[in-house]
Amino acid sequence: MSDTPQFLGRNVFDLDDYSRAEILYILEAAKGMKEINLREYKKIPTLRGKTICTLFVENSTRTRMSFELAANRLSADVVSFEATVSSLQKGESLQDTVYTLGAMGIDLYCIRHSSPGAPQLVHKYSGKPVINGGDGRHAHPTQALLDIFSIWEKLGSLDGLKITIVGDILNSRVVRSNLIGMRKLGAEVTVCGPRTLMPSGMEDVYGCKVEYNLPRALKDADVVMGLRMQMERMTEGLFPSLEEYSKHYVLSKDTIKYAKKDALIMHPGPMNRGVEILPEIADGKQSIIVEQVANGVAIRMALMFLILGGKA
Amino acid sequence: MKTLIKNGTVYLAGKFRKQDIFLDGTQIRNVSSKLEVKADRVIDATGLHVFPGFVDIHAHLRDPGHTYKEDIVSGTKAAAHGGITSVCAMPNTDPVVDNIASVDYVQRRAKDLGSCKVYVIGAMTKKSEGLEISEMATMKSDGIVAVSDDGQCVQDAKIMLNCIRYAQNFDLPVIVHAEDYSLSGKGQIHSGKVSTQLGLPGINALAEEVIIMRDIMLAESTGARLHIAHISTAKSIELVRAAKKRGVHVTCEVTPHHLLLTDEACLSFDTNTKMKPPLRPEKDRQACVQALIDGTIDCIATDHAPHADFEKIKEFDHAPFGIIGFETAFVALYHHLVKPGIVSLERIVEAYSLAPASIMDLPNNEIKKGNPADLTIVDLNGETTIDEDFIFSKSKNTPWMGHTFSGRIKYTIVDGRTTFADIQS
Repeated sequence: MSDTPQFLGRNVFDLDDYSRAEILYILEAAKGMKEINLREYKKIPTLRGKTICTLFVENSTRTRMSFELAANRLSADVVSFEATVSSLQKGESLQDTVYTLGAMGIDLYCIRHSSPGAPQLVHKYSGKPVINGGDGRHAHPTQALLDIFSIWEKLGSLDGLKITIVGDILNSRVVRSNLIGMRKLGAEVTVCGPRTLMPSGMEDVYGCKVEYNLPRALKDADVVMGLRMQMERMTEGLFPSLEEYSKHYVLSKDTIKYAKKDALIMHPGPMNRGVEILPEIADGKQSIIVEQVANGVAIRMALMFLILGGKA
Repeated sequence: MKTLIKNGTVYLAGKFRKQDIFLDGTQIRNVSSKLEVKADRVIDATGLHVFPGFVDIHAHLRDPGHTYKEDIVSGTKAAAHGGITSVCAMPNTDPVVDNIASVDYVQRRAKDLGSCKVYVIGAMTKKSEGLEISEMATMKSDGIVAVSDDGQCVQDAKIMLNCIRYAQNFDLPVIVHAEDYSLSGKGQIHSGKVSTQLGLPGINALAEEVIIMRDIMLAESTGARLHIAHISTAKSIELVRAAKKRGVHVTCEVTPHHLLLTDEACLSFDTNTKMKPPLRPEKDRQACVQALIDGTIDCIATDHAPHADFEKIKEFDHAPFGIIGFETAFVALYHHLVKPGIVSLERIVEAYSLAPASIMDLPNNEIKKGNPADLTIVDLNGETTIDEDFIFSKSKNTPWMGHTFSGRIKYTIVDGRTTFADIQS
């Protein structure tokens, strides 16, 4: 069994630390967890006695719930720490917060923070494994894993798949982690959005294609993922209006026809219906958007189980 | 006090030669191949190199106002530890050095307690707010050597033009920290592949280049002197090269970190790789090295910017910009540029001792009779390990923590007085 990937005590800062084989192993583990989530009594005693802390320094009710549900279903004890960036800057530093939490005996941290690199700091100060639940625009590996899992579950493999991600690439941590993971699993990824929302050097850094024109980007895609467009990008002067953005980049019946006929439609949520995606697509037959959410719990359970060495 | 330095390899008129140097009081009395004179003490410099003292024209001593980061005592001690005999202190303290009381304070503290000479740079605008011209002439009569709003950049071109013209009136060099805020914005590191990868907001290189182009044109229009602080991109260097060719009175400096590090260093999320201007990609770093060699870059300055540990341990985008530089500058440059044969030792001495003094109109510091006895004595065969104990500065924010460099500062002598001696060996 020496070929079995080792996860005990590891951090999940981003997917670049994980090999193709390790990612596939996580997907298999998540499949098992998903089965538990479909039972009437959705709980196994594997992490009894372990304490998991969700440390959220940026608001995200959905992601926090997903982590907490995952921990609960594995029978771990869960504590939540919520703060805002401003309170953390004025009062106790992140270092002191982690020292305080550490004194209470935390075994695993799940952190969401607006600053890239914050999960690394939490690990440095706690000495405990950390799962990154999103750090600024940097990484969101659990979201990427659940996205990858959703595709893998439907299509069996990512090898050779054409995946197109559309929207605010500049500000998306989801894109960055997905690019790393999807590329490792053999997919060809195209990112698409207006030039003002496209960071420099994407091709070099991630080995993806960059397109500014939606129909061209969608051509022959097996999977299409929309990203949330935030109003504040408009006030930052990056695009003129939601209406104009929508005219050129919305996922609709009209635009999706450039992709393969049965292409999967995805979105990490929360959606701006009518801006980046129309209901006809979001709620359509090809959409797996709601399943993504369910898969998120399974993926997080799998990671907690593997990192804390749960007993099968 | 009479000091005889025997048998050193001495930098004299552009070359290294075996010489003895006799210091009498604050001055160099004699330099010759063999001196037999009675002295109060003799330094045996056999196997050691003797340079004109290093002059760092870009430093933040943080005094007054931020003395938890550094003060004039600790800062000048750290400078002496790095072989520096003169520093120019930037005015962005609290209060800002935009008035003679503050100028007096820094000068007096340095004179009474300092381990090296401290020359004061006055603020160019009141409180460095970029709005109204400071009392430059009054501060000059009190001893400032230049004006600058370093750390800030005057955004209004008309105000900048007025500053340049007014400073020209009193023959004060204007030092510009080139940064267009509309382009740098909330940027944390250089805008490029690494910022894309880390998801950190980028600082567009244009933020520096646009202001350098503007200020060169402003200075050119009136024939004034302009000194560009911490130049860092290939394009910026091109602008300076072209301006010099046209005869514009422009000079520029580069920091050791822009000569030796690239933005790849930021991949570790180490906040000691965060400074302004940001570390650039390899092609820009190489352009800086080339420009130092060919003279487009006139001098080396550290931009020594101490920040306390509790400030630098924060999340990357909440940590302040800047790193310390006094104690790592020479050994890092020697180790990475001189020893591998990329830059000559002579060029480093020229750019880190003579040129900066000349740009700021400081007293001539060549090693010759009658000049101030400001010397740096170095063991090029020794080595220096940068660790917490090594650093004299109050702050330890260096990206080179734990590194070992070739070369070791043995003595720093300021006006004939030994301000640092390596007692370890």
